[in-house]
Amino acid sequence: MSAVDIGMAGAVPRSYLGEEHTLSSWLFTRDHKRIAILFFISITFFFFIGGFAAALIRLQLLNPAGTLFQPEVYNRLFTMHGIVMVWFFLIPSIPATLGNFLLPLQIGARDLAFPRLNLFSWYLFTFSGLWAIYFIFIGGNDTGWTFYEPYSSNFANGHVIAAAVAVFINGFSTIATALNFVVSTHRLRAPGMTWFRLPLFVWAIYATSIVMLLATPVLAMTLALVAIERFWGVGIFNPVLGGDPILFQHMFWFYSHPAVYIMILPAMGVVSELISCFARCPIFGYKGMCYALISIAIIGFFVWGHHMFTAGISLTSAVFFSLMSFIVAVPSAIKVFNWTATLHNSRITFDAPMLYALGFVGLFTIGGLTGLILATLSADIHLQDTYFVIAHFHFIMVGGTVSAYFGGLHYWWPKITGKRYPEMWARYAAILTFVGFNFTFLPQFILGYLGMPRRYYTYAPDLQTWNVLSSAGASILAVAYVLPLIYLTWSIFHGERAGSNPWGATGLEWRTSSPPPKQNFPRTPVVTEMPYRYDPRNGSYTTQDGVHFPEPAFGEASV
Amino acid sequence: MFSGRLQEQYTDSSQQSETAQLGMWVFIATEVMFFGALIFSYMIYRVAYPEQFRLAGHDSFILLGSINQALLITSSLSMVLAVRAAKADQQRALVLLLAVTAALGLAFLGVKGYEYAQDVATHSVPVVDYIFKPGEHRPTESFWSFSSTGTGRHPTHRPAGIALGLTSWCGRRRARSLPTMTRRSR
Repeated sequence: MSAVDIGMAGAVPRSYLGEEHTLSSWLFTRDHKRIAILFFISITFFFFIGGFAAALIRLQLLNPAGTLFQPEVYNRLFTMHGIVMVWFFLIPSIPATLGNFLLPLQIGARDLAFPRLNLFSWYLFTFSGLWAIYFIFIGGNDTGWTFYEPYSSNFANGHVIAAAVAVFINGFSTIATALNFVVSTHRLRAPGMTWFRLPLFVWAIYATSIVMLLATPVLAMTLALVAIERFWGVGIFNPVLGGDPILFQHMFWFYSHPAVYIMILPAMGVVSELISCFARCPIFGYKGMCYALISIAIIGFFVWGHHMFTAGISLTSAVFFSLMSFIVAVPSAIKVFNWTATLHNSRITFDAPMLYALGFVGLFTIGGLTGLILATLSADIHLQDTYFVIAHFHFIMVGGTVSAYFGGLHYWWPKITGKRYPEMWARYAAILTFVGFNFTFLPQFILGYLGMPRRYYTYAPDLQTWNVLSSAGASILAVAYVLPLIYLTWSIFHGERAGSNPWGATGLEWRTSSPPPKQNFPRTPVVTEMPYRYDPRNGSYTTQDGVHFPEPAFGEASV
Repeated sequence: MFSGRLQEQYTDSSQQSETAQLGMWVFIATEVMFFGALIFSYMIYRVAYPEQFRLAGHDSFILLGSINQALLITSSLSMVLAVRAAKADQQRALVLLLAVTAALGLAFLGVKGYEYAQDVATHSVPVVDYIFKPGEHRPTESFWSFSSTGTGRHPTHRPAGIALGLTSWCGRRRARSLPTMTRRSR
């Protein structure tokens, strides 16, 4: 470790983990890094709850007769899986954990703009999550995560209002976090950190936050209306009382389609960091990547109707939404091409984060291209509400976002904990994730094409082979997700100490000790360089505060 | 905007206060989307059933609604003036304006209560007690559903606003006795 590192100037400050050890020092902390850890614990819990439901779904579908669960139970299982995974894992996954931890570090700030609001967001989130889980266990909700009307107000017999309240409260947690990110990015950047020197991860979190701020309130109001309608029986979406159920779909998807971008944009940010670092090459077309992120965030607001092609919307609007869905693929494709171009003539090393990142690029591309098939009006008539759709969005959300989340988690693990994870195990987990994922979801494309509808607890017997393949894949995936839980926990206690910059990366977060002190930087860094100044010829790099390192620091073991 | 104590993430109090203002603007943007969703769905039905909504609207009390609108806007004005008085360190004006704001808020609640009582008297409470008048169909009840959903939010958050206003006044009083407080006086 070099003496010029900012974190090492003068006396070594105590890390944010070592400051205090009491429970209240965690529960009342205002440090963005500790709040990130709190979020991390919460979402990991919810991830395994949601994953457990998924495992039960795949168990049920091993057998075409659907003998394991009653249909009502099955309905509750997939609803629980959807609600927990979407709102209590995927939406906060990267922003609330890695974003919370890294955004202030990457812009050279001491904390987020509103630390108390940040902590409040975690309380809202955890409270709403536990509330949702409680109601799931005392009876659950069978509307599917989409709360479609008029089923949810008139016919569903579960705890619909409780679930809607959980998502409503969760929404304000999302809004609070997003507000913090937007304001911090605008006001708290270190001297010299211009917009076009921001790491792409910050750009991605910023774009995501804008989407969160503008879309989430609409969902909150929509679900409030659903709850009001169900509770008081007033006519808002219910056609019997003069309401319009299609209006519900419009309002729901006005949020829930941008929500897909809330999930994928941060993943794109993570992957940009990983690919550039492990290819030792500046990201190809940095500005194009920034514009692509913002374009996706904006265009993403005008494609919601593609969820409703078969719901009876007019042909004119269907054509518009189809066209917009094709257009939003352009900036996404720009990103894929730029990641690929970054790899060209570079020095790739296949450490675990890079394996996850490369897996992301492949899976995201398949997910994106099958999205175009679904955006085609005629094809969608056939494929709507089949397993083709399920496979498509799982390629984006699980193959894409979850892979990137794990990649990012491994990459920044030494920074977060100060410990190195066991590299070999991590590579196994990364490869197993990729294999298990494809095993699980590729067969579902075929199932959907053959006409197997989603959300059914039984299916035609001649579809069993593909379903068994998919369930077998899910068991591999389960192992791939449990593995990191084990070895990452192990590494906290027994891992090698990590240096301040174990990957030889250029961002400001690597210019302070691992784990960072409470104040992040003893001195506010001054930024003079673009991000990603790697030299693929010899692996050297220049950090954003202008220090040149002749060799990558791979394998650096201790401070 | 009050800046309070300089927090560690800021370099100076002007950065802190500008950041707080930006935060408030961003929050207001989310509120626009939140209530926009409600107003938008009202608009959809208004366009879908123009005649029915016109009929239903006849039963609403336009004068009471207008008075309340005036009270609301005036209370916004007095609150903004209170903020200005706080910035200028005009303690008496501040107390007076906060009291005016709270009084207007309470007056609003009074008028609202009277208006709801009239709605009950004319059987215009959706679901609970709604009687269709000649020529009225389902959508008129929807009109009243939107009316109570929309206006029902006011009486629930107004008391909170009044309480917050009073709290900030108390906080301000306390702040005066703390010498370490960073005060902005532009």
